[in-house]
Amino acid sequence: MRHGGHLDEVVAPLALEVAGLRKSYGSVTAVNGLDLSVARGQCFGLLGPNGAGKTTTIEICEGLNTADSGTVRVLGRTWDTDAMWLRQRLGIQLQETQLADKLTVQETLSLFRSFYDAGRSIDEVIDLVQLGEKRTARVLGLSGGQKQRLALACALVGDPELLFLDEPTTGLDPQSRRQLWSLVEGLKRDGRTIVLTTHYMDEAERLCDNIAIVDHGQVIALGTPRQLIASLGADNVIRLGLGEPAPTNAPVTVSVDASVSLDELLHLPDVTGGRVVASGYELRVSSVQAVLPSLLRLAESRGIRWTELSTHSATLEDVFVALTGRELREG
Amino acid sequence: MRLASLKQLTMTRFREFIREPEAVFWTFVFPLLLAGGLAIAFRDKAPEQAIVGVVSTAAGDDAAMRVAKALLSAAQGDSAVLRVRRVPADSVEEVLRTGTVALVVVPTSGGGVEYRYDPARDEARAARQQTDDVLQRALGREDVVPSRDVTMRERGSRYIDFFVPGLLAMNIMGSSIWSLAFAIVTQRNKRLLKRLAATPMSRFEYLLSFVLSRLIFLGLEIGVLLGFGSMVLDVPIRGSIGALLVVAFVGAAAFGAIGLLVSSRSRTVEGVSGLTNFVMLPMWIFSGVFFASSNFPAAIQPVVQALPLTALVNGLRAIMLQGVGLGGVLPELAVLGAYLVVSLVVALRIFRWQ
Repeated sequence: MRHGGHLDEVVAPLALEVAGLRKSYGSVTAVNGLDLSVARGQCFGLLGPNGAGKTTTIEICEGLNTADSGTVRVLGRTWDTDAMWLRQRLGIQLQETQLADKLTVQETLSLFRSFYDAGRSIDEVIDLVQLGEKRTARVLGLSGGQKQRLALACALVGDPELLFLDEPTTGLDPQSRRQLWSLVEGLKRDGRTIVLTTHYMDEAERLCDNIAIVDHGQVIALGTPRQLIASLGADNVIRLGLGEPAPTNAPVTVSVDASVSLDELLHLPDVTGGRVVASGYELRVSSVQAVLPSLLRLAESRGIRWTELSTHSATLEDVFVALTGRELREG
Repeated sequence: MRLASLKQLTMTRFREFIREPEAVFWTFVFPLLLAGGLAIAFRDKAPEQAIVGVVSTAAGDDAAMRVAKALLSAAQGDSAVLRVRRVPADSVEEVLRTGTVALVVVPTSGGGVEYRYDPARDEARAARQQTDDVLQRALGREDVVPSRDVTMRERGSRYIDFFVPGLLAMNIMGSSIWSLAFAIVTQRNKRLLKRLAATPMSRFEYLLSFVLSRLIFLGLEIGVLLGFGSMVLDVPIRGSIGALLVVAFVGAAAFGAIGLLVSSRSRTVEGVSGLTNFVMLPMWIFSGVFFASSNFPAAIQPVVQALPLTALVNGLRAIMLQGVGLGGVLPELAVLGAYLVVSLVVALRIFRWQ
C-alpha cells in the first residue's frame, strides 16, 4: 500500500468495528449501545431520522468525539494508540463544514493535501469532483453543490483507505444530489470503503451495499437494502384516501370514515400490515392484484368513495415506518 | 515538523488577511492617520498664548479703565504672551466653564483686580502668573534682578516623539490580538477548526502559522509607521534598528500568545470581541501610550509595570529616544517573554477545536 507501512502490518479484515457504543450529553442519550461492522470495500449506510445518533456515532469513529463506553476499531486500530496513523488514512467529510471563504478551490485543496504524507494530486482530485472550471474561484462564490463537492475533494486528497461522509447531500438541490451520488458511485467502483450517514432513504437505497437503520441511538435493523425491504413481508404499499380532502382554509381534520376500520383492512387476505395516516390508511401488501379486488368489493358494499388509491413498491421508508411507526422525515 | 504544511498554513493566513481590505486599512492606514493628526495637533509653534478675559467696566471708572488698557496694550505685538478679549460681566462663569478663556480679570473699584480661574487647570495657573506679571510691569513695577530667557528645543523631547513608540506598541498589541482572535473564532464558528482537527495536521504547526504570518505583517507595520514617523514627523531613532526589531518581535509574539489565549474557547466573534476589549482596555489606559505611566499613583505602579503593553512601550521608547541597547531593556523583554510562555502553555491546554 501507498503508506509504505511496516512489513508486519496486518490488514484488518474489517474497516470498522463498533461494539456496545454509548454516549450521553447530560440527561440525553445520543448513542445507546450501538454495534456495527463494516467490511473493506463496502459502502455502508447509517440511515435514520435527525437526532437518531448517527452523527455522534460517526464522529466517535472519526476520533473527533469520545464514547462513554464501548469499543471502536478503525482499520484494526484504536484512536487511543494510533491516532496519527489513522488520521493519515481516513478521509472525512463533516456535516456543515464551511471552508475558508477567501481561498480558491485550488488553494483549499493544496492546504489539505499538505497535511498528508501521500495522496492524490490536486489536479486529479479537482477533475474527479468536476470543479475544473472553478479551480481559481473563491469558495465564497461557489454554489451549495460545488461547496459540497469541494468538501468531498478535501476528504479525498489524502487517498483515504476509509471515507466517512456525514449527510453528504443534505440541503442540496436534486441535480446536485444526483451529481454527488454519481461521484460516490465512482468511488465505490474503485473499491473504496465508505461509511455514510443519511436521512434520505433513496440515497441509502441507491448508494449503500449494507444499511443499518438507526433510531434512538440503536441499530434497529441491519442488512442489504433488498433484505431490509424483504423483511417487511410485503412487496407493495397501498395508500387509501377516505372522505373529502379538507378545504385549504379550514383546519385540517383527519376524517377517517367510521364505516371501515384499520382492523378490518388488516384482516383482508395478503395484507401484512398497515397504519392510519392523515385522511386515510396505508397498507403493506404481498400482492396488489390479490388485495385490490377485495378493497373494491368492501368499498361497494359500504358505499365508501376512495378519494385516493395509489400503490408503490415497498422502500426503505416503509421499512422504517413498519419498525418505528414514524416517518424518517418526521425525525 | 512538516515544512510543506507549515508553509501552506502560513500562506493561508496571509491570503485571508490581504483579501480582507478592511483589515489591511485598519492595520496600516489607521495608525498613520492617527500619527498624522497628532503631528498637526502638536506641531512646532510659538509658545501657546494664554487667552484672558477682561470684564468690561462701566464708563467713568478710571482705575478700572487703566487696568484694562494696560492689559490690552500688553497683548499687542508679536511677542505678546497674552491674548485679551472683553467679557460681559454677566457671562464670566460661562466663559470659564466652557474654557473659552483660561482666566478672567475683574477690575475692582479702587484700582485693584480680581483673578477668577480654576486652579486645577495648568494653563489657568500659568495665565494667572503671566497676567499678573504683565499687569504689574505695565503699571510701573520695576524688576529687582535683571533676567533673560535662553530657550532650547531638542528633537526627541516633543510629544510626538514620545507618542510614536507608544503608537507602535499599541498597534503591535491590537493587530496581534485581533488578527488571531478574529481568525480563530471565525474558523471555530464555521467548524473549520474541527475539519482541520480531523486531518493529520499538526496542531502546533497550525498555531505556529499564526505567529509566522504575524511576523510578515509586523515587518510591514513597523516599516510603515517608523518610516512615516522618521521622515514626515522627524521622530528620532537613536538606538539600533536591530534592537528595535527584537523588542517588537518579542512583543508581537507575546501578544500573539495572549490573542491565542483570548480566542481559545470562544465560539462567536461577538464573544471574543468583548473579551479582547476587556483585555486591552486597561492597557490602553495604564500602559503609558498617550501619557507617561509614571503619572499613576504609586499604589498601582506594580500592576501598571507588570502589564505587557507597559513593557513594550517602555522598551521601544528607551531604544528610540534614549538610544539604549538590548542590554538596557532586559527587564521589559523578560516581562514579555513571561507572557509569551505562560499564555501559550495555557492556551494550548484549554484550546477548543470544535
